[in-house]
Amino acid sequence: MIILNGESCEKTDTLLALLNEKNYRTDRIAVEINGVIIKKADYEKTTLNDGDKIEVVSFVGGG
Amino acid sequence: MITFKEYDASLSSRYDKDTKNKITTAKVAVAGLGGLGSNIAIFLARAGVGHLHLVDFDKVDITNLNRQQYDINDIGTFKTTALSEKIKRFNPFIKITTDNAMVTEENVKDIFSSYPIICEAFDKAENKAMLVNCILSEFRDTKIVSASGMAGLYSPNIIITRKINDRFYLCGDTKNEIDTNIPLFAPRVALCAAHQATTVLQIITGKEEI
Repeated sequence: MIILNGESCEKTDTLLALLNEKNYRTDRIAVEINGVIIKKADYEKTTLNDGDKIEVVSFVGGG
Repeated sequence: MITFKEYDASLSSRYDKDTKNKITTAKVAVAGLGGLGSNIAIFLARAGVGHLHLVDFDKVDITNLNRQQYDINDIGTFKTTALSEKIKRFNPFIKITTDNAMVTEENVKDIFSSYPIICEAFDKAENKAMLVNCILSEFRDTKIVSASGMAGLYSPNIIITRKINDRFYLCGDTKNEIDTNIPLFAPRVALCAAHQATTVLQIITGKEEI
């Protein structure tokens, strides 16, 4: 299990798989794993471990 | 015209020495000079921030006048120029530098590396995400105060500031996106801008209360 935005959920192999499963638009988010920002180019090669705390911040348009 | 001595005395009458010193020596970059950025820049300049770096590629358009701090005489002028002139009318001693540039992953370092605090004030979600990701991954100490969710006439009470981590603050209601049926309204955008400017002043003065 991992913690996504404060809630437990099933672990996926990679960060990208998790983001796709949760329907995040990868060009509109910032992602932290255990407090470390993950570059967009690394989403696919970033593997997840049990207990990882993942924060996904989504941006919406307007300003 | 006022003299520097008069301006300086007006700051001293409001702030203790330490606060005044921190604010007048602060350097802040504002990325995007629309409804958020034009308000943020004016708020920070009125507070006495010593150096603002204003960044926008665009010129003032009639569709900006509903919520951005420009007027009819500014139409066709670069937002950087129009806003600088406006600010100088109430704070003639501020240092303002500008970049008429579209911010991309390639030029983030060139544009923002001299500024310890950056306000993300773009309108497109993709550009917001790009700047936040670049600042957090490419810079070590720079703080970014970003905004997401201020469209429509939803409750003003759901616009809040969240501290995501030591370098990343997010203001807004996080969900209400501009759409054909959900326009931006001046007060709600300015409310979000006020959150951002307040957060910047908290960071500058070391009085964070989020």
